[in-house]
Amino acid sequence: MQVTMIVNDVEVTREIEGRLLLVHFLRDTLSLTGTHWGCDTSNCGTCVVWLDGEPVKSCTVLAAMADGHEVRTVEGLAKGGELDPIQEGFMQCHGLQCGFCTPGMMMTCRALLDKNPDPTDAEIREAISGQICRCTGYSTIVRSVRWASVHEAAAAVNQ
Amino acid sequence: MQVPAPFEYERATSVDQAIGLLERLGNSARLVAGGHSLLPMMKLRLANFEYLIDINPLHAELGYIRFEADEVRIGAMTRHRELLESDELAAAFPIFRDAERVIADPVVRNRGTLGGSLCQADPSEDLSAVCTTLDASCVIRGPGGAERVVGMEEFHVGPYETAVGDGEMLIEVRLPVRKQGGSAYEKVERRAGDWAVVSAGAAVWLAPDGTIADARVGLAAVGPNTTGIPEISAALWGNTPAEELYEQAGAIAARSCDPATDQRGSEDYKRHLADELTRRTLRKAVERARS
Amino acid sequence: MTTVQEPKTDTFDDNDQKPVGYGRMLRKEDPRLIRGRGRFTDDVQLPGMLHLAILRSPFAHAKIVSVDTSAAEAAPGVKAVVTGETLAGLGLAWMPTLSNDVQAVLATDKVRFQGQEVAFVVAEDRYAARDALELIDVEYDVLDPVIDVRQALAPDAPLIRDDLEGKTNNHCFDWETGDADETEAVFARADVVVQQDIVYPRVHPAPMETCGAVADFDAVEGRLKLWSTTQAPHAHRTLYAIVAGLPEHKIQVIAPDIGGGFGNKVPIYPGYVCAIVGSIVTGKPVKWMEDRSENLISTGFARDYIMRGEIAATRDGKILAIRTNVLADHGAFNGTAAPVKYPAGFFGVFTGSYDLEAAYCKMTAVYTNKAPGGVAYACSFRITEAVYLVERIVDCLAAELEMDPAELRLKNFIQPDQFPYTTKTGWVYDSGNYEPTMRQAMDIAGYAELRREQAEKRARGELMGIGISFFTEAVGAGPRKNMDILGLGMADGCELRVHPTGKAVVRLSVKTQGQGHETTFAQIVAEEIGIPPADIEVVHGDTDQTPFGLGTYGSRSTPVSGAAAALVARKVRDKAQLIASAMLEVTVADLDWVKGSFQVKGDPSKSVTIQQIAMRAHGAGDLPDGVEGGLEAQICYNPSNLTYPHGAYICVVDVDPGTAQVKVRRFIAVDDCGTRINPMIIEGQVHGGLTDGVGMALMEMISFDEDGNCLGASLMDYLIPTSLEVPDWETGYTVTPSPHHPIGAKGVGESATVGSPPAIVNAVVDALQPFGVRHADMPLTPSRVWDAMRGRATPPI
Repeated sequence: MQVTMIVNDVEVTREIEGRLLLVHFLRDTLSLTGTHWGCDTSNCGTCVVWLDGEPVKSCTVLAAMADGHEVRTVEGLAKGGELDPIQEGFMQCHGLQCGFCTPGMMMTCRALLDKNPDPTDAEIREAISGQICRCTGYSTIVRSVRWASVHEAAAAVNQ
Repeated sequence: MQVPAPFEYERATSVDQAIGLLERLGNSARLVAGGHSLLPMMKLRLANFEYLIDINPLHAELGYIRFEADEVRIGAMTRHRELLESDELAAAFPIFRDAERVIADPVVRNRGTLGGSLCQADPSEDLSAVCTTLDASCVIRGPGGAERVVGMEEFHVGPYETAVGDGEMLIEVRLPVRKQGGSAYEKVERRAGDWAVVSAGAAVWLAPDGTIADARVGLAAVGPNTTGIPEISAALWGNTPAEELYEQAGAIAARSCDPATDQRGSEDYKRHLADELTRRTLRKAVERARS
Repeated sequence: MTTVQEPKTDTFDDNDQKPVGYGRMLRKEDPRLIRGRGRFTDDVQLPGMLHLAILRSPFAHAKIVSVDTSAAEAAPGVKAVVTGETLAGLGLAWMPTLSNDVQAVLATDKVRFQGQEVAFVVAEDRYAARDALELIDVEYDVLDPVIDVRQALAPDAPLIRDDLEGKTNNHCFDWETGDADETEAVFARADVVVQQDIVYPRVHPAPMETCGAVADFDAVEGRLKLWSTTQAPHAHRTLYAIVAGLPEHKIQVIAPDIGGGFGNKVPIYPGYVCAIVGSIVTGKPVKWMEDRSENLISTGFARDYIMRGEIAATRDGKILAIRTNVLADHGAFNGTAAPVKYPAGFFGVFTGSYDLEAAYCKMTAVYTNKAPGGVAYACSFRITEAVYLVERIVDCLAAELEMDPAELRLKNFIQPDQFPYTTKTGWVYDSGNYEPTMRQAMDIAGYAELRREQAEKRARGELMGIGISFFTEAVGAGPRKNMDILGLGMADGCELRVHPTGKAVVRLSVKTQGQGHETTFAQIVAEEIGIPPADIEVVHGDTDQTPFGLGTYGSRSTPVSGAAAALVARKVRDKAQLIASAMLEVTVADLDWVKGSFQVKGDPSKSVTIQQIAMRAHGAGDLPDGVEGGLEAQICYNPSNLTYPHGAYICVVDVDPGTAQVKVRRFIAVDDCGTRINPMIIEGQVHGGLTDGVGMALMEMISFDEDGNCLGASLMDYLIPTSLEVPDWETGYTVTPSPHHPIGAKGVGESATVGSPPAIVNAVVDALQPFGVRHADMPLTPSRVWDAMRGRATPPI
């Protein structure tokens, strides 16, 4: 079957099998390998991307389901070469170690800040609770999100 | 990474078109909504279907929470996140927000639906317990637009089995609204996002004199399906809410459920939780009914 | 003594101190990883690449009667189907394990654990490969499995390893350490003896990236290029040379970005060998990536020790001796990745941080019908088990003596003037100063106040627990006179090359899996030669680009390879000094090294920078007599001893009396890893390990049913902590440098994984004190805690 979707602001059309998972469409068909996968049961969240602006686990979404929709991945997080404050925050606060869960984490955290620009630590922890990080122990991820929140607020004031 | 066996993908364009497809394809076809139970099972090759009918396009048609005079109607494609975020629903039935906070995780809740949860008919499924507690009825549509309405006890036929037949589709859940009601949900899990070790929901309606006009308790993960316990309702009717009454209800819950020992816990422990969580949710439901 | 300013975590200013040397510095690896531009094994895509999937045994123990691959071979997109028979024909059916045992690459005679490799398919894409597995028809003759390790040596136990000639039982090895008679004598005269059976259940490292490889064999050149998830690329290259009979100079192993290792990616797994065979057979590049179930059921597990601990003490709390008897479950093949002379790893440090009169351990290891492995999951070669044993049994003693567990520990610490301290099991602790570390943890926790709060809560029927653990680790394997893996000495090479413009490349034998080598090693070199870390490229993970060494595991990178990096930089600096003396026309003795430049003593205006020296080293004009052009050096560092980091951990838990759910409210970790290179990275390493500890203590376990079916075969069943199960970590540090390490650093990667489980279990047991509980085995799930509260705690086996 043929699918057409917008991935990171670019329209793509491909011929695919109906069973193709969105994560494989992104990684293998489009070579957008920034999105990872870590389980078969939608427990780990390393595969999180946005579908129409909402974080979803792309290992449990068929590529066909994204037909006609908009997908955003970690590769589409930076705008015009400018890092998203979430990306900057993860670097500043050591929110990543091996970097494997990081793309999914950042997509979820970006979506959180879009809805709730000044989340509490508890709200951040809740937001990322469907995603496993085996390296950081989460405290530095929470700090990274707060870093982004604080800096976005400051940038908004400066503007 | 595991991948599903080959299947034909069909996209629903309307409820009746989806039912038409189901009718034509028979039991080789399955509806897929959020997919977070079905697709992992298909990836692990525990389930195989020749056709998957994607009903996500029906979200516009079946994604709603409507407040009528005497009932709340929720479309089957309403997603967990929408149920969690609805302040009106939380005001009418706080049990929904209690439960939605502990169902899977926020990202899964962006996709998973009420209808998908009920049709999965997992004995540990939280929304099934919620709907059982609230005495919900399920609207099932069949060929030619024929609709039938069944209660939760009838809807779940067995583990992973529902009353929805070939060529039929769950389209709506109806929750009766009564005055002076309160409800609550509690879940014990080994870790956030895990299936329940045991969970319990309670709903209480108070009479003007403060006695219990009606009460229902629903339990998950302690039997073949989420269970409502009529004996508890009978024990509570007409009584003034009190700790002893909750204890009595808890004891009934413990002895009338049918849990099995597994990785999540021993049978004994689960019976104990049925008791403990019944008491906790009743207590909280009464507090909420009073406020 | 190095002083390092910790950043304030609540302000975000000056996160990046850009030190020329040690200090908080942002990581050099992050810019690519946060853009999704890391390159992990499954990201490798080559023209014409095929995909490999492995058929695994559904049974724990079964004879293979027949394997029919005809339908699979005929399936669309399938390029090859290979069975154990095929491999046997090539002499590749069996391979050596890291413990001098053998393991089947693909089973030929029988399968010995659920998930064992039986056949593989190579197909055009991963979907077709997976589909074809369904078409392979294997007939099994199911045998009784050995699942309960306690029954493995029973006379009527089924024989697992009938492949080993003359083998008549499931015995794997016996091992002992310490002095049995001396220990018995001390026990005989002790006032108090406490005994406790303690199980450390089987757990799994479960890195977020599973294991996998891309093999690309060039038949014309006879060259194999292998991208794989390996923590030890050089050791793997040598092993492939041995296993596959390929000449070692024709093998290039590349470990690209790795999504976490934790010891899971140390061994060679059959899948890697299958990928190589697949590429040889098809003449195409072949990719194999495990799915999550394959990772959990077949690759290196950790722990699985059943221990009986005994501790002897005087009535007033002087610990005299510790004795233990261990039954170790090694699974179907002894795949332990530990130095050869240490079949129980470094379990010998079970004497902990205490000054004892005697100690003894007797261990029996057996085969069972479970996956092989044993040393993994940040265990520091079994120190995890050792620390858990000693810290649990010390708490049992405290309960028996009705002494505060902090006080008991403080009373028995090895004292600073006793270092280097030789333990009763022969380990030479290099340095330590335990009391300040312990006191700092107690201060951060507000220990006395916590005990007051606990007393009040107990009076109200609330269950609050405070748990302490104090650990000493032995990391940085290791001196080559004692330590080797399959005959490969555990030393590490390092090369440093300074380019004419003063930029440098340092090449390591170790390989990061998230630990931040690209940053830390640039800082180590920067500290020594004064070139900013941004100007130092760290090359690692490619055997064609880096010197030989044994890789990253067992917290060995900083102790071994970090020492190599510092020493190679000093070698370069020594050469730079010779060149500087010529440039400044003074003798070498007249030069002072001021980080980054040499100055003439007494005249700071006369100096040359390392960058100027680099240009001169490569430039025109004569160099001093005997000095070659260029500015580079290489070294192979053989550590003289292990390093011994220590730490004090305090955990506060609340247990719901109605549901028995445990909530970790606070966790305080004070670590001493000697000289601190990048405190941000150290803190990250500690945080991660603490989270592992919560996982093991409260939820993680690989268990089996009586038929040998693995019950932890997916992340639905094998639970790993999320952000909601762990508190905001509270950390502190002390600095006791290693006296023998060139920069005084000790390893820290595994400290928290080793040290935290006993703190958490001790806290839960402490919370349950009103129920008379003295011990409860991990994992402390609500159901198991509830059992403990009812006086019927059971081991998890």
